[in-house]
Amino acid sequence: MDPLIAHGVHKRYGDTRALDGLDLEVAAGTVHALLGPNGAGKSTAVHTFATLTRYDAGEVRVAGHDVRRAGAAVRRAIGLVGQSTALDEVLHGRENLTLLGRLHSLSAREAGARADELLASYGLEDAGRRKVSTYSGGMRRRLDIAASLIRRPSLLFLDEPTTGLDPRGRNEVWAAVRQVVAEGTTVLLTTQYLDEADQLADRITVMGAGRVIAEGTSTELKDRLGGDRVIVTATDADAVATALGAAADPETGQVVVEAGPDGGTAALLRVVRALDAAGLEVDDVLLRRPTLDEVFLHLTEGIGR
Amino acid sequence: MNTLHQSWVMTQRDLKHWQREPWTPIFGIAFSVMLLLVFGFLFGGAIEVPGGGDYLDYLLPGMFAMTMLFGVETTMAAVTQDTKRGITDRFRSMPIHSVAVPLGRAAADLTNSAVQLAVLMVGGLVVGWSIDGSVAGAALAVGLLLWLRFAVLWIGIYLGLVLRGEGALMAVQVLVWPLAFTSNLLVAPETMPDWLGALAQLNPVSATAAAARDLFGNPTGITDGLLADHAVLVALAWPAVLTAVFLPLAARAYRNLSR
Repeated sequence: MDPLIAHGVHKRYGDTRALDGLDLEVAAGTVHALLGPNGAGKSTAVHTFATLTRYDAGEVRVAGHDVRRAGAAVRRAIGLVGQSTALDEVLHGRENLTLLGRLHSLSAREAGARADELLASYGLEDAGRRKVSTYSGGMRRRLDIAASLIRRPSLLFLDEPTTGLDPRGRNEVWAAVRQVVAEGTTVLLTTQYLDEADQLADRITVMGAGRVIAEGTSTELKDRLGGDRVIVTATDADAVATALGAAADPETGQVVVEAGPDGGTAALLRVVRALDAAGLEVDDVLLRRPTLDEVFLHLTEGIGR
Repeated sequence: MNTLHQSWVMTQRDLKHWQREPWTPIFGIAFSVMLLLVFGFLFGGAIEVPGGGDYLDYLLPGMFAMTMLFGVETTMAAVTQDTKRGITDRFRSMPIHSVAVPLGRAAADLTNSAVQLAVLMVGGLVVGWSIDGSVAGAALAVGLLLWLRFAVLWIGIYLGLVLRGEGALMAVQVLVWPLAFTSNLLVAPETMPDWLGALAQLNPVSATAAAARDLFGNPTGITDGLLADHAVLVALAWPAVLTAVFLPLAARAYRNLSR
């Protein structure tokens, strides 16, 4: 049974179509990224799936339960980490976890044991008895994730988990997400960072204006934009361009050669041989795949905000 | 049963807050004591109570009711903060009853106010306030004051959930003052212009203060009108009406948050 299936979900706020026929299927045991710019509807989608926001039309099933009709059953199956860390700053890290454990109807002892277990799993043992207000951004996020795992949910929503974190904090959170999945929880993650989706996600759904624009693995999405290219930087760009039979980019002064069906390495060799034969000096030769950034900009081009 | 347990867990969270950051409640109490001193001694000498009686005896029950009214800020601030931080959304995404969270807040804030009230009463007795009524009457007066606080609580929760813009809390903090002044809390309405006095009599907090004065055996400053004979009944009715309006509104706002 898929942890999440959504079909044709619509949600309007006044004149704004926050969700405009969103379709999404998340497979068990995977990390699925919802990638899109601000205002694409990512958070609305997560709120809808997590029973916080009522949708106007469509169908959403989470862990087999209809979100509209069986909200309580859905809430028992999910965990939610929202955009802002939902922690009590005055309480200690461990107290935050035991509070939520007891709200989940665990006994005081069970809640304590689960809290210790989670603190250990997410590298927070030493910080457990300190106020959350003394935590770094990465620690907060990790505690926030741990706090949503108390009942071992089958599906965890992470709404922009690394927004506002420094690179170190981001790496900590990425490690935490990998661990969540390793322990058997499926993750639906929203992000506006392409490298985050690239690093973490098994499948990526690109969203814009409340709809799905593209979906696939990171490699599949990159393939959509074509193959590898060889980029040559030289002082005499025009001479290089003539020798390679390509055009120089008037803005960057670089010469870009698209790879043929025989692949990037073959193209690179051809370029180097041609340059050598012509006796031209260059500053740099680079073989590059299109980045997910380029894919993303290409896909979301022309989508109105 | 489960809901009550969950509410109790929420209450414990607030109790832990006070234990760890006692300055917030201590400052709240200090503020009430300061007001008591300002009105009791700074302005008190110039104020006469219609029908006779000592102004300090008149003032104290008014200060108690005012503290209950100002509790709206405490409640609203706590609710706003949880909502902004996303804590409320986390609770809403968990399998807990939608009443458990507000109910926990209610219990915590009532406890807070009961402590505040006790400190203020002791402080009042120290500076010369006297209770001339029966013990049962005094207990009923305390009950009525907390009953008012209970009603104000739901207003605070509702406002905290609905008004989340910057400055909303500040606006409420400013607006409670004219609301407190347009009442019998500090000055007897019979000394005001007729129209203002009538308005002041209608203020829900006036009923509670009048009833508390009556039950504590303090001068009421009232010689005529509904509150002269039926203050206790009105003090029961007003908070009941406010609760009947704002409790369902608060529960609905909680369920429909971010919808």
